[in-house]
Amino acid sequence: MPRIVVDVMPKPEILDPQGKAIVGALPRLGFTDFVSVRQGKRFELEVEGEVTDEILAKARDAAETLLSNPVIEDVVNVQVVEA
Amino acid sequence: MTEIPLIGEVAAAAIAPLAGARIGVVTFPGTLDDRDAARAVRLAGAEAVSLWHADTELADVDAVVIPGGFSYGDYLRAGAIARFAPLMGKIVDAANSEAKLPVLGICNGFQILTESHLLPGSMVKNDHLKFICRDQVLRVENANTAWTADYTQGQEITVPLKNQDGQYIADEKTLDALEAEGRVVFRYVGFNPNGSRRDIAGISNAAGNVVGLMPHPEHAVEAGFGPEQDGGHSVDGLGFFTSVLTQIVGGK
Amino acid sequence: MTQETTAKFNIDTVAHAAGTPEVELPWAELGLKQNEFEEIVKLLGRRPTGAELAMYSVMWSEHCSYKSSKNHLRQFGQKVTEEMKKDMLVGIGENAGVTNLGDGWAVTFKIESHNSPSFVEPYQGAATGIGGIVRDIISMGARPVAVMDPLRFGEIDHPDTARVMHGAVAGIGGYGNSLGLPNIGGEMVFDAVYQGNPLVNALAVGVMRHEDIRLANASGKGNKVVLFGARTGGDGIGGASVLASESFDDTKPSKRPAVQVGDPFAEKVLIECCLELFKHSLVEGIQDLGAAGISCATSELASNGDGGMQVELTSVLLRDPTLTPGEILMSESQERMMAVVTPENVEAFEAVMEKWAVEYSWLGEVTDTGRLIITWDGEVIVDVDPKTVAHDGPVYDRPYARPSWQDALQADTFTGSVQDAGRPATSGELAAAVTELVASPNMCDKSWITKQYDRYVGGNTAMAFPDDAGVVRVDEETGLGVALSTDANGRYTYLDPYQGAQLALAEAYRNVATGGAVPMAVSDCLNFGSPEDPDVMWQLAESIRGLSDACMELGVPVTGGNVSLYNQTGTTPIHPSPVVAVLGKLDDVARRTPSGWREDGQAIYLLGTTAAELDGSEWSKLRGHLGGLPPRVDLAAERTLGEILINASRDGMVDAAHDLSEGGLAAALVESSLRYNVGARIGLGEVAERDGVDLFTLLFSESQARAIVSVPRSEEVRFNDMCTARGFAHARIGVVDSASGALEINGVDALPLDALREAHEGTLPKYFG
Repeated sequence: MPRIVVDVMPKPEILDPQGKAIVGALPRLGFTDFVSVRQGKRFELEVEGEVTDEILAKARDAAETLLSNPVIEDVVNVQVVEA
Repeated sequence: MTEIPLIGEVAAAAIAPLAGARIGVVTFPGTLDDRDAARAVRLAGAEAVSLWHADTELADVDAVVIPGGFSYGDYLRAGAIARFAPLMGKIVDAANSEAKLPVLGICNGFQILTESHLLPGSMVKNDHLKFICRDQVLRVENANTAWTADYTQGQEITVPLKNQDGQYIADEKTLDALEAEGRVVFRYVGFNPNGSRRDIAGISNAAGNVVGLMPHPEHAVEAGFGPEQDGGHSVDGLGFFTSVLTQIVGGK
Repeated sequence: MTQETTAKFNIDTVAHAAGTPEVELPWAELGLKQNEFEEIVKLLGRRPTGAELAMYSVMWSEHCSYKSSKNHLRQFGQKVTEEMKKDMLVGIGENAGVTNLGDGWAVTFKIESHNSPSFVEPYQGAATGIGGIVRDIISMGARPVAVMDPLRFGEIDHPDTARVMHGAVAGIGGYGNSLGLPNIGGEMVFDAVYQGNPLVNALAVGVMRHEDIRLANASGKGNKVVLFGARTGGDGIGGASVLASESFDDTKPSKRPAVQVGDPFAEKVLIECCLELFKHSLVEGIQDLGAAGISCATSELASNGDGGMQVELTSVLLRDPTLTPGEILMSESQERMMAVVTPENVEAFEAVMEKWAVEYSWLGEVTDTGRLIITWDGEVIVDVDPKTVAHDGPVYDRPYARPSWQDALQADTFTGSVQDAGRPATSGELAAAVTELVASPNMCDKSWITKQYDRYVGGNTAMAFPDDAGVVRVDEETGLGVALSTDANGRYTYLDPYQGAQLALAEAYRNVATGGAVPMAVSDCLNFGSPEDPDVMWQLAESIRGLSDACMELGVPVTGGNVSLYNQTGTTPIHPSPVVAVLGKLDDVARRTPSGWREDGQAIYLLGTTAAELDGSEWSKLRGHLGGLPPRVDLAAERTLGEILINASRDGMVDAAHDLSEGGLAAALVESSLRYNVGARIGLGEVAERDGVDLFTLLFSESQARAIVSVPRSEEVRFNDMCTARGFAHARIGVVDSASGALEINGVDALPLDALREAHEGTLPKYFG
């Protein structure tokens, strides 16, 4: 079954406390090359049958209305992934 | 010491009997503080009416409390799913109508109100990333809303705060507008427990009938069970419920 | 192994098993011993099917069957007087015990362990520990009202301790807070012995009206069996028989990680849903699914009821469609319950499920055949006598003997040891010692932990940490409530298991009485090493003997509990750690006694006498010594002290009371001063002389049956008379002094409260952020 992947990230201007904690923890494990981490969410929407343009548009709509909170988050990606 | 009008005083002032005042308390799957909110309503002298998230009609209530908890487990985002409940549609309509139904959102209730866009901004995880439960001092910044009329401007009250995602944020424009319009209702005093912008603990809509705050007034309404204070216990939270009662009974 | 697959492939049916006795089964991999496998074959008269093997392997695991401890645990049921049975509505053997509170109210409580999973995955291990014990309480027909968490981790500065600490505390908070259950108390002990074997014990308490009490039995031929709640997935497969029955040993190949993942929202919905079922009397019997999942629920319900049940396993709603029948039977997916419903109530039952959007499936029905029959698409894959699975499992009489090193250990007293050199004597040294003590990991302030827990939800928490007992109101009209405390001391128990277990009970009993409540019932969580080690088995046998003797002497029955064995890394077991929870009753929670004084000028009394008992003490731990004999147990004195504290509380003779335990008088005085930030002026000369001990000993000894109280001047005479009438030692040791801002003890440099607070509160944040 094909899937539509939706990626949601906190808006750039939003302080991301989880990302901050992660970037602080990485060096303790020996990863010293990363200067910043931001944590987002990835949703996988399964569709029966083909993903039409209409369905993709509906996924975008769902992303804006429910999957993300436009006050603090951006939908950065809506993409079909073959099963 | 805080000045909370005794229930007896409020009853004396009213012309109509208080028995008519009905305050709805909403329960979603995962709501936790509904019974406490109902108790607070009763202690203030009104009738607590249980409202179910799936109800399609508001049961003729004079005000609504959306209590704290973890509706839908806070899944997706706190309040994100609850805001689409059938009853929420009715509440939003009633709040925006001529009647200006008073609505109080506590903690998860506040989160639901921001997700519903009845109030601006949003809550994210506490800046220190942990759940925190503490007795919090708040300053009343606006004593003119439906829920704060029984307090005085600048009054400091102590109520419990307990949450994981209580950091209030909004863009600078929104924050400036809230300040300018006097819509910041409560501010954290002495200690900002979650990183909320401008130390904002609670806000209102423009009309002042919808108020949301992260701390829990319903946990500071009964001697012996609220925050310890000065050899006794704070019942500073009762003011929310007596305020709205005064408004309802006063026929405003 | 016969290939276990889904319905489209070959299934190991009973018929097939009967016809193929030569097939080899992986009983050892599943944790069974040879003799156990042979017993199963004997019971069935044939080799078991794969599904039956799975059931027996989890149900006969140590965790589920108590096979190594059963013989000894009987003492809890045997050493019971008629008086003790008076208020016991439901005793040992059910999901949790139930005690009568009067006025038609009943209370149920239990303490359980979730140790191994908390080492593997601290957050989920601890979270599901809370989830599991709460479900036990629901299944008795109660609304859960509070939780407590006794925790024991490794040394505070060990890097792995932080991993466990952060995860476990977040998990307990995450799950408990989401259920709307206030956390009213717990313990935090740091000791190297728990480094590889942290102990996460969880207690839940619930209340109900008498008529709400439900039991886990399936009666009534033709009644339907339903499974509801979360879907069944691969959580914890083999967890019960694998994790809890073996230790962590890096030379052996690691067993399949089997940590369950919890969903507190699902459980909150389950709570409300069940309460509605109980309110409308829609279930005849109910059982929660914990360790050994469906295997346990079906065999226990059938075993406790009329004796028979028929279940079609393909009816189970799955999260993972690839699970084999055996895996489905072993799965420990959380937030599931099983109930027995009369045909007349089916529709109403389903309506409640629909309202709360809880999934359910009708699995089968109760029969009168005395057999538990489980089918897969109609083919019989399990045909057993449920009693052999649930109750009549193997019982071992493990050999035990007093360890060869016990005598030497007990002879190695602290006093005079090399670690005792330079014992504080000057006023400055004593002040530094007191400060060091209250800043030490085991004695320090635990707010770092407790502020991650909701203590307010429900609006009925009358008292919680840091006071001596957690108190919850049960009846809003009358103020009737319950008080709880959990206590244990692994160091004392290591020195003398019989005494150590008694000391744990004494301390919990004393804590409850200190709060003003009358102790009524006990639940125990026995955390020990491997029962296959005769030294450890001796510790277990002695502890149970001691605890059961003490329960009888104090008149408080054990109503339920838990045993966690194999807590060891390699051949090194943890200290024997029997955790004892005592539940008490308060007629009116408004009368509960807090642990700190407030009113200037009130008289401070020390109740009880002090001897030189430093062995196993917190002071000796700070000096790196463990040896000698634990403090002497005097249960008669504990009883009298309890009466005094309860009467004093009821009649308003004391404004504050704090019992003495770890850290002795020094710790108690500091804690009572810091509680409301009010100092005191204390003089201990007379008591020292009366008891024949020096100031250091008086401050740091851990003699039992002692407490300090703050008495209003107007009550002093009455209070004195009450103590005298009972022949109980009491001495006025000072006064509350709200002006000084310090704890002033004669012979000790003044201890400013600010400095004490900084020391006391700085430790956990220093290590954990």
